[in-house]
Amino acid sequence: MIKARFRKKLNSAKGKMLLDVEFEIGDKEFVSFYGNSGAGKTTVLRLLSGLIVPDEGYLEVDGRVWFDSRRNIDLAPQNRRVGFVFQDHNLFPHMTVRRNVEFALKSAGESDFVDELLEMVRMRGLEHQKPSALSGGQRQRVALARALAARPRLLLLDEPFSSLDAGMRLGLQDEIALIYRKFGITTVFVSHDLPEVFRLSKRIFLLEEGKIIRSGPPEKMFIEDRLSGKFKFVGSVIEVARDSFLNILSVQVGNNIVKVLATGEEAEGIAAGDKVIIASKAFNPIVMKYREEGLS
Amino acid sequence: MKYELWPILLTLKLAVLTTAILILIGIPLGYWLAYTKSRFRSLLETLVSMPLVLPPTVLGFYLLLFFSPGSLPGRLLESWFDLRIVFTFAGLVIGSVIFSLPFMVNPVKAGFQSLPASLSEAAYTLGKSRTETLLRVLLPNIKPSLLSAAVMTFAHTIGEFGVVLMIGGNIPGSTRVASIAIYGEVESLNYASANFYSLILLAISFSVLFALYIADKKTRIGF
Repeated sequence: MIKARFRKKLNSAKGKMLLDVEFEIGDKEFVSFYGNSGAGKTTVLRLLSGLIVPDEGYLEVDGRVWFDSRRNIDLAPQNRRVGFVFQDHNLFPHMTVRRNVEFALKSAGESDFVDELLEMVRMRGLEHQKPSALSGGQRQRVALARALAARPRLLLLDEPFSSLDAGMRLGLQDEIALIYRKFGITTVFVSHDLPEVFRLSKRIFLLEEGKIIRSGPPEKMFIEDRLSGKFKFVGSVIEVARDSFLNILSVQVGNNIVKVLATGEEAEGIAAGDKVIIASKAFNPIVMKYREEGLS
Repeated sequence: MKYELWPILLTLKLAVLTTAILILIGIPLGYWLAYTKSRFRSLLETLVSMPLVLPPTVLGFYLLLFFSPGSLPGRLLESWFDLRIVFTFAGLVIGSVIFSLPFMVNPVKAGFQSLPASLSEAAYTLGKSRTETLLRVLLPNIKPSLLSAAVMTFAHTIGEFGVVLMIGGNIPGSTRVASIAIYGEVESLNYASANFYSLILLAISFSVLFALYIADKKTRIGF
């Protein structure tokens, strides 16, 4: 159980901003902070990890106080046992994949555990390579294994997929979901990609200009209740082709772009870049076995 | 005039010792300067870089005054440790360490500053202390800077003249290093032996720098 309250003045690209958040995260829960860039998502993770200190606040993890500005308690990042996967992998360039993971071990000689982690992120074959020889997705997988090697109490993921292409994103999302199921570590995930947040988290905090404006499970957060269709997808509009009596919306849902017809009434006020919900009540879907071709 | 090798050996001994001491001082100092937010930082950076712009004789002159048996520090060192700095080899080492300080500290500092902060942050979140992070993550990643700093310090100490002459004098066997021997030989019109020492210094300096640039073609040295 995590109880957190942070207040910190930030200098963002848009000027001064006050980050003021208060939240609780249940034991072994997977939560996401979702919001536009500059909303303060990464700052929340850095505050949790102790890499930065709030002006005022309180942080308690599993009954232990990590930070309390009133009592002058500030546990050093070294003693917090958080696994942090950064936006840009941050692997140690002079160490091989295996050495990077071993570096994080609490005690030497856990080579079985290292094997297991490397196996899990599918990096066994490349364990003696240096990070510079790896692709972006592979680096992030190693960073994930390294974070887990320290046996963290809390896993912090800071847009770990942001520099990857769509195929790799999906692969890594699967791995994170798998790791979460296997280790059951309380995980805080930060992203500005809606499908990703939607897919992975149990609860979402919507962050806007340093404040949590809404929170709840993904379905409640983004899909309005009056829709009861069998299919509901959230996607972003890429293009709106308006015709005299019918409109064609190109919508990105996950990695796919779907074209949907919309009546003039429906398409009104929708522009490229908007997030939309596509719902259908069709009961006759075509189901085919999915092949993972082209995905790494 | 016979050719003697000991001024050369003395020069090499001085350069090796100075480089070794500066590695021990320069890495912590460079680390501190790279990361500190202290308001004394600018002051210290200025002091470290002073030898780059100061005439060596000025530095040597003040060292001479400071350590002379007539001054308080000189007297204390002599009465407490029976140590005399002025006109001794120990004095040469102290003078050279101060004079070559920027050649060690500045590249090391620049090396640390070129590393992304995220590297040490990653190590901290993995539970590693500052010292362990320094030794196992930061230093291995600034190897080219360390190498060039050590080589430049060594080469610079070999070429040192003014400070050494002021604080060490010209005592054969103790403080007469090669650069001073050359000066002495020229004054006595012994051009042949001056040439002998000069050629050796030239060869050493050239080889050391050449080896450095071959060892790391990518390393740019900021001097």
